[in-house]
Amino acid sequence: MYTATRKRLQKLTDSTSKASKHFNRYEIECLIKLFYTLLEETTEKQSSIGIDRNAFRNFLHTTFGMTDDMIMDRVFRAFDKDNDGIVNVTEWISGLCIFLRGNLEERTKYCFEVYDLNGDGFISREEMFHMLKNSLLKQPSEEDPDEGIKDLVDITLKKMDHDHDGKLSFADYETSVQEEALLLEAFGPCLPDAKLLKKLFNPKKKVPKGTMRHHSGTRCTYIISSRRKDNANSLLRCKYCQGGLGVRKTCVQILTFLLNSCVTLGESFNF
Amino acid sequence: MGVALTRAAQWTAAGFGTGTLELTPLNEAILNDIIKFVEPFSAKYPQEAEFVFKEPLQWKTTLKPSEFKTGYIVSGTIVQSEENSKDGQPLLLLSGTDIKVSSFGQLSRLLHLARDKKLKEAQACLEANRDPVVKILGAGYGTVEGEEDLSTIRFLDKMKKDDDCENTIKMNISLLLQQLDMHLLNSSLKHISLEIRLNPSAIKNDVDLLKRFSGEGEQTVLESIDYTSDFEFANGCRAPPWRQMHGEICYLIVKPHDCDSICLTCSTAGIFVNGGIENEAEEIDYERHSEIYKDLVTFLREKSAKFSENMSKQQHSFFGDKKKGKKKSTSVTEKEEVHTLSKPSLVLEKSPSQKRHVLKKLEPVLKWTSSVSQEKKDSAKESQDEKSTPSITDKPKSVSPSTSAGKPQSLSRRKSSVKIEDLISESSSESEEDEEQPDHRQEGQTDLPSEYWQIQKLVKYLKGGNQTATVIALCSMRDFNLTLETCQLAIRDVGGLEVLINLLDTDEVKCKIGSLKILKEISHNSQIRRAIVDLGGLPIMVKILDSPDKNLKCLAAETIANVANFRRARRTVRQHGGIKKLVELLDYAQSKTDPMHHHCLYETKDVEVARCGALALWSCSKSNINKEAIRKAGGIPLLARLLKSSHQNMLIPVVGTLQECASEEHYRAAIKAERIIENLVKNLSSENEVLQEHCAMAIYQCAEDEETRDLVRQHGGLKPLATLLNNTDNKERLAAVTGAIWKCAICKENVTKFREYKAIETLVGLLTDQPEEVLVNVVGALGECCQEHENRVIIRRCGGIQPLVNLLVGTNQALLVNVTKAVGACATEPENMMIIDRLDGVRLLWSLLKNPHPDVKASAAWALCPCIENAKDAGEMVRSFVGGLELVVNLLKSENKEVLASVCAAITNIAKDQENLAVITDHGVVPLLSKLANTNNDKLRQHLAEAISRCCMWGRNRIAFGEHKAVAPLVRYLKSKDTNVHRATAQALYQLSEDANNCITMHENGAVRLLLDMVGSPDEVLQEAAAGCISNIRRLALATEKAKYS
Repeated sequence: MYTATRKRLQKLTDSTSKASKHFNRYEIECLIKLFYTLLEETTEKQSSIGIDRNAFRNFLHTTFGMTDDMIMDRVFRAFDKDNDGIVNVTEWISGLCIFLRGNLEERTKYCFEVYDLNGDGFISREEMFHMLKNSLLKQPSEEDPDEGIKDLVDITLKKMDHDHDGKLSFADYETSVQEEALLLEAFGPCLPDAKLLKKLFNPKKKVPKGTMRHHSGTRCTYIISSRRKDNANSLLRCKYCQGGLGVRKTCVQILTFLLNSCVTLGESFNF
Repeated sequence: MGVALTRAAQWTAAGFGTGTLELTPLNEAILNDIIKFVEPFSAKYPQEAEFVFKEPLQWKTTLKPSEFKTGYIVSGTIVQSEENSKDGQPLLLLSGTDIKVSSFGQLSRLLHLARDKKLKEAQACLEANRDPVVKILGAGYGTVEGEEDLSTIRFLDKMKKDDDCENTIKMNISLLLQQLDMHLLNSSLKHISLEIRLNPSAIKNDVDLLKRFSGEGEQTVLESIDYTSDFEFANGCRAPPWRQMHGEICYLIVKPHDCDSICLTCSTAGIFVNGGIENEAEEIDYERHSEIYKDLVTFLREKSAKFSENMSKQQHSFFGDKKKGKKKSTSVTEKEEVHTLSKPSLVLEKSPSQKRHVLKKLEPVLKWTSSVSQEKKDSAKESQDEKSTPSITDKPKSVSPSTSAGKPQSLSRRKSSVKIEDLISESSSESEEDEEQPDHRQEGQTDLPSEYWQIQKLVKYLKGGNQTATVIALCSMRDFNLTLETCQLAIRDVGGLEVLINLLDTDEVKCKIGSLKILKEISHNSQIRRAIVDLGGLPIMVKILDSPDKNLKCLAAETIANVANFRRARRTVRQHGGIKKLVELLDYAQSKTDPMHHHCLYETKDVEVARCGALALWSCSKSNINKEAIRKAGGIPLLARLLKSSHQNMLIPVVGTLQECASEEHYRAAIKAERIIENLVKNLSSENEVLQEHCAMAIYQCAEDEETRDLVRQHGGLKPLATLLNNTDNKERLAAVTGAIWKCAICKENVTKFREYKAIETLVGLLTDQPEEVLVNVVGALGECCQEHENRVIIRRCGGIQPLVNLLVGTNQALLVNVTKAVGACATEPENMMIIDRLDGVRLLWSLLKNPHPDVKASAAWALCPCIENAKDAGEMVRSFVGGLELVVNLLKSENKEVLASVCAAITNIAKDQENLAVITDHGVVPLLSKLANTNNDKLRQHLAEAISRCCMWGRNRIAFGEHKAVAPLVRYLKSKDTNVHRATAQALYQLSEDANNCITMHENGAVRLLLDMVGSPDEVLQEAAAGCISNIRRLALATEKAKYS
């Protein structure tokens, strides 16, 4: 699979870049490369054409620091438009497009999708309860630990349920968010942190520093071994031992690096 | 022991000598402790007991020689101990009533002998020996205030040098004494702490009680009594923590019936008047402005006659409608005066229902009477009473230590207060507090609005929720009407402020935004502002200004703008580097938009950032040091740049800041340099009234400067100003506009323009029915305009003189200064003068000479000059003011140079009339003027010289001036650079030179040479006067020569 030529990548980039409005060509190219890196790292079967649920959750966790399993599942579902259990390249790009750079409208839609656990078009009282149940510190003094959560759900409904039907429709949600942008992630973080985004997208002249752990555990100097000919796998190679990367832990760095890279091919650098 | 004796024990007579120890419980306790120490001394420390005192302790004893038994040699009235010191002196010697003791062994035996007279002996001993330690150990061990510990150190030093046995014993004794001292101090501290120093609960009780008797109507004791703050700390204090450190408990605003409301500070030391609440900042001026009173009621009785009157009335009604009851009560107080005994039965004799009523209402009084009852030995009745009211008689037991311990003060208090109502204040017992407080709380709780509980719940989620729950709670808290004080205070009272401020310190942007949005709203409340500062919110907000998130920056700046409404907050902002950061925010509007920010989720415009920055700076710029800080941070160019913007929202805070800052010299220069005036003028024509007001205000401030006045004209600012005069509805704006006109009118060309725009007529129209702030400016402007003849005519034609003269009776000092100036300027026109005279304006001016403020005095005196000059039959008019001339002459004793100069000028004019000159001469004008001669102030010199030259015209005044040594200093005036001084001086010298002696003095002081120069002056008057003077001197010289040779 990774013998795929540059031409193929080119073609893929072309097709997706038309669809995505928030990324430029170069960024898309990088993201595609990242996609294949993830794919290679996580799947044994070379033939699979997308990232499965687990790998995606891993990616969310390591890169964006998400912790809530339920929310991460829902994010996966939001990415996986065709519901086939994997996120393919197109879904990857279009998903990230909203995830990373979506405008308020797109994000509202996306968040609502995430929070609507059963996908019936409404966030019901039960769904809210489900999502908020871990949001309060357990106080030993209280007899019913759920009491506080129920109260909180009531408060939320009072705030957001504009048509007073006891559940949140998309219209309710949209109105609330327009009134108060803080309510966009009302039921748990499902978007990347603004600070992280800033780190990812702010071009730095300096090459990011830090130790990128080699799978052998030693600290290595990496070079960009390819940007054109080879596939994403050979993107970074150890200058000396030619070893690959422990990608799992370093997606943030790669992403950061890729999107902001001003290093030219063959240049060596230290993480 | 020394320390305890000098400090803790309560001596009757101050200072040393034969003071006596009062028999107070505290002293008794101290004496008992000392006895306990001395009595077993010989048994406990046999070696030390033998130590012979440096000097014997000597006092008058009541012990009889017969009482001395074994171990003593008794012969008649003389008793000697068998024990002798090394040099053969007896260690105890009693002769008559004088007793000398020189060892602890003897002391303890003596006390043993004294038995029940121990206390008296100990007292007599200590009274006679104020510092026993010195006598026992020697002068080196005296009690020196502030260095109690040194004696031990000194001792140790000695010990090192030579360690003989005696010193060891001395050391031991010293240590023992110090231990005793410590013990005494500790126990007396316990006593003292129980004393009636005011505490929060006492004050609370007082206030609650007085509140019950306050309200509208004649019968109440007060109109109102309120705390300044509703927030009560856990310790019962209401003062902010940093004031509590000074012992302050709370602040009260009391409105008695018969005087203005008073702002009080209640501190542990007592009650006193503070500086009141500043209008602008709503901050209390904590400075003490009165004596300290021991409690609230005493204070109020002192301040308000109505209070004490009604208080006694209240007393009557409470103590029963019958005279009997009242009589009893007074008799009780009288008794008390004598010996602090009272009848608890006082109230209890009434019928049960009445009793209950009284009990409820007057608990403190009851308690007091009953607490004293303990000492009463009228047993039968008391026991009966005790049965009938167990609840009351229970109390005194718990209270008794405090009442008995606080004897000295409370005794004197009772002595001083004859009326019983005074005692209401004595409510500092703890038992009552316990009874009252839950009650009170319940009362409060039923009043609480439902919002209170909802907000409390939300705050709970803020505290115990994760980020998601916090955001939800924050958002729904914003649904409350946060402009309502109940909601604002509810947030504070349930501890929400702490949480909100804590949230600012987290990493969660969303939480910070939510929290700031709430803080921004509620910080409109002054109590909340104060609480935010107390909780340390400002430094965190200042830190947030650094955040990359613009929304956060804006919110933080806006909140700071609200909070920095009082001095302490502004100082905090500055001290944490806030000014610099705020100034940096101003730069935002210009910085090119960062392309990378476009995806920022919570986007705000850069202009908004700058606006919020300006808003915060506006608040901060109310402190002078902050103004300087803003300037140093480079704020002026940025403000100037923002001023060119077209956003009205932005312009108001920018102009506001400039207006505040323009009071500083530096700023005015910078404002000129940055071409800010041009934009200010432009914005005068804006639609927004507030903006117009601030622009006018800024021009008013800046136009102190001459160049700026021209700039305003050149940029066409005078016309809009004149136009704005026609709109009189907005008084603030009117005040600002008239102020700007006043300052601009200082320039002649501007006045011409104003005349063109018919501004003077409008100004005259504004002389009536306007608030004082407007009037001051209007009159000031007219005063400037009146410098020109045409304008004076205009003012007369518009009928402006009458309202001006009417304003002379005001009290506003600034207004009076301006009015006198304007009237004076008008009076230069004889026709105007006729009107002024008809309206009795001169008399009004004259009476202003009695005004306490020197500026008013001076201004009135200046105004009198043209009046006297232009009035018809001025001499007669002046004489018609009874005592007026004496008043003027006496003003020559003033310290103020301006007053002196103006009075000299007035005297010059008065002296034009011969008769008046005679009168003022009689009032001693000559010596007073002569005394002033040694001055360096040119203005004073000129007018003084003129006055002297005028006063020379009468009698032997010329000679008198010479006698009072006024001539020599006058000659020196000729060296001044001011030609006006030259002219006046030359004239005075010419007058003085009519006297031969003066000529000699002048000649001696080198006047001829100086005068010769003056003759060459182009000023004809000066020429003539100088020449006249020289000729007088010359003539005298010739005459003497002639006399010599003939």
